Amino acid sequence: MMAALFPLLSVLHPVLAVPTIDRLVFAVCAVIVLSGALGVVLSSNPVYAALSLVLTLFGVAVLFVEEDAQFLAAVQVVVYAGAIVVLFLFVIMLLGVDRQESMRSERLPAQRPLALLLGLAALGELLALSRLTHWSTGPRGASGAPATGGGGNTAALARSIFTTYLLPFELTSLLLIIAVLAAVVLARRPGQHPIEPPALVETDDSNLPMPGPDPDEEIDGVRNVDAESIGFGGGRGPQ
Amino acid sequence: MIHTLLLATQVLHAPHVDYVAILPELILIGGALLLMLGSSLSSSRPAPGTWSGFTVVVAAASIGASWYLWDQVSRHGPQETVHNAVAVDGFSTLFLILIGVALLLGSLVADGYLRREGLDGPEFYVLAMLSGAGGMFMSVANDLIVVFLGLETLSIALYVLAGYHTRRKESSEAAIKYFVLGAFSSAIFLYGIALVYGATGSTNLVSIATYLSQNVIVTNGILLAGIAMLIVGLGFKVAAAPFHNWSPDVYQGSPTPVTGYMAAVAKAAGFAGLLRVLFSAFGSMRTDWQPVIVVLAALTLVVGAVGAMVQTDVKRLLAYSSINHAGFVLVGLAAATTAGISGSLYYLFTYTFVVIGSFGVVSVVGRHGDGRHQLEDYRGLARRNPFLAAVFALLLLAQSGVPFTTGFLAKFYVISSAVQARSYPLAILSILTAVVGAYYYLRLIFIMYSSPAGEAEAVAVELMITDVAVSTGAGTTLVEEVDEVVVLAETEAGPPELEVPTSTALVLTLTGLFTVAFGLVPGTIVNFAHQATLLVH
Repeated sequence: MMAALFPLLSVLHPVLAVPTIDRLVFAVCAVIVLSGALGVVLSSNPVYAALSLVLTLFGVAVLFVEEDAQFLAAVQVVVYAGAIVVLFLFVIMLLGVDRQESMRSERLPAQRPLALLLGLAALGELLALSRLTHWSTGPRGASGAPATGGGGNTAALARSIFTTYLLPFELTSLLLIIAVLAAVVLARRPGQHPIEPPALVETDDSNLPMPGPDPDEEIDGVRNVDAESIGFGGGRGPQ
Repeated sequence: MIHTLLLATQVLHAPHVDYVAILPELILIGGALLLMLGSSLSSSRPAPGTWSGFTVVVAAASIGASWYLWDQVSRHGPQETVHNAVAVDGFSTLFLILIGVALLLGSLVADGYLRREGLDGPEFYVLAMLSGAGGMFMSVANDLIVVFLGLETLSIALYVLAGYHTRRKESSEAAIKYFVLGAFSSAIFLYGIALVYGATGSTNLVSIATYLSQNVIVTNGILLAGIAMLIVGLGFKVAAAPFHNWSPDVYQGSPTPVTGYMAAVAKAAGFAGLLRVLFSAFGSMRTDWQPVIVVLAALTLVVGAVGAMVQTDVKRLLAYSSINHAGFVLVGLAAATTAGISGSLYYLFTYTFVVIGSFGVVSVVGRHGDGRHQLEDYRGLARRNPFLAAVFALLLLAQSGVPFTTGFLAKFYVISSAVQARSYPLAILSILTAVVGAYYYLRLIFIMYSSPAGEAEAVAVELMITDVAVSTGAGTTLVEEVDEVVVLAETEAGPPELEVPTSTALVLTLTGLFTVAFGLVPGTIVNFAHQATLLVH
């Protein structure tokens, strides 16, 4: 019995070594974060799900403060809890809050339990690995705290953004340009009516030729019937 | 307060930025911004082809800058710049040139297509240039964060390009599928970066290598998990089995010129990232990742070849065949020798021309609506348009690895590197899948060169195809059936003439010439690929 408990104790060891107040903050935040996360997944109303996400993000922000990462905590609240969730709420409101989405239409029945099982296995592996491995996260000062080069966490972050990670920092602006352009391209309404895909490609069960906008499509229809009659109507082919 | 601020500014030393070293990327980004700005400021619509022409000029300038860098590297050796985030060496300059060429050819093919579909606009070319810049950053990256951002820039622009044909449902489907799965794989890649950083304390590839050479990590579970996740993330981008499931649907649904561009650039940049990460950072851990790559290569070869055999849609067929090609590149990578890497690079370089040309033909045959991609639509292509059929036949022969084309040497180099590395099972498997590949490429060529469609004949030929191979027995069945069909074929109005836009014709001529010329005189490209294996250390 004790032998079985031993690995568990060794996992918990670093948790037990930290001061009580830190442990308390962690425990409270952990409950907040986890209950928020469960709320996101389990609530049937999308607005509740989005609000639960705020809870999770706030809990993570407090954890960041606990870890001396004040800047990250501020960003977490301002950007994630503030801007992004509000954006989510906008989308949900615009699409209709009261619409119920069916979550039961799954093609692979074993998908859900399998995902749960594999997810748990991956989590277990990572937890085990984190205990069994050597972490090397940058230079440390004499007291054991990460060496930030003076000015605290925020200054250290600023320094690495504008020196070590200058190029990546500039590259993110490229992503923003693409995002703006993508919104313009994808939100644009098509000028003409949508083109129906040829029957052979899209439909599995229809033998009727699809009438199309131009005379080409007539030939299309004839060809499709031919192809299906000789057994090539198998949809989009095997994966 | 002000005093502390001043102190902080004194402490910060901005890194020296060597703008020439990142000139090819800067040219593309500058070109994209200029095009965006210019088209939004001008009140009148410019002459058709202006945007495409501008992109061609920008791509050519970028190729020129890359060529200059190549020259510098071969004279002064490789260098690192922008706080070691960028590596300029033979390897990266080869990919810079490759991506520039793909952008040039891709925008030429896109011109005719977009005009035919009534989609012509500057956004397409801006996105193409930005995605090219992303791919270039990925191939020059010397830091995992730069690899990731390059990957994202490349991919997000490609997601949008995949959904560019907003009037086709399949195009939107492709975009969503690519986006969701791509975002998922990016997340895995990012997690891998985090784990590698946790294990080695750096995201810089050279620093990681230095750390690993100076420290012996006894329990390296986190590091191995990190490497595995990096391989999964990049494996998705290059469509290596078992991470290939997105590619047939996305290749099929995307606008055809985009498919060609995607097949060339995403694959090249993905392999650039994979090669760089594995050899530059984790070269000392070869024994750990090599078996993984061997298994991936074997799976990718088989899945690609078997998948392509059963397709009736040409775009899907080419998608599976490109999975098979990724398998061949992985064979060179699995050998993990200099010969293997240069084989893989040669393969990627020549494949770029072949795949853009192939999808160029497909985009013309697809006609208005981009919907005619069944094997049946290619029947009798040789009679309707001998030029298209000839170029497509040539490119397909190159893909199957027929001698005197670039495809033969590409396959030959990677397989011989596998033999040299004594990985005989992989070499035999590659040869077998090349034989299987010959079946589906030759089947397509045969369909193009058979008589134009008629009902009974269609049945006969389909029967023959199911009978496998071009056997003489089946051939006689065909001849018997053809007589009955001629009458039918004449009564039916044939499909309208295929219009080959001048720009597409130019691309097809160029890719065809490249494939034959460098198949006959391979020296230049072989040297090019061989010198490109110089990595910074």
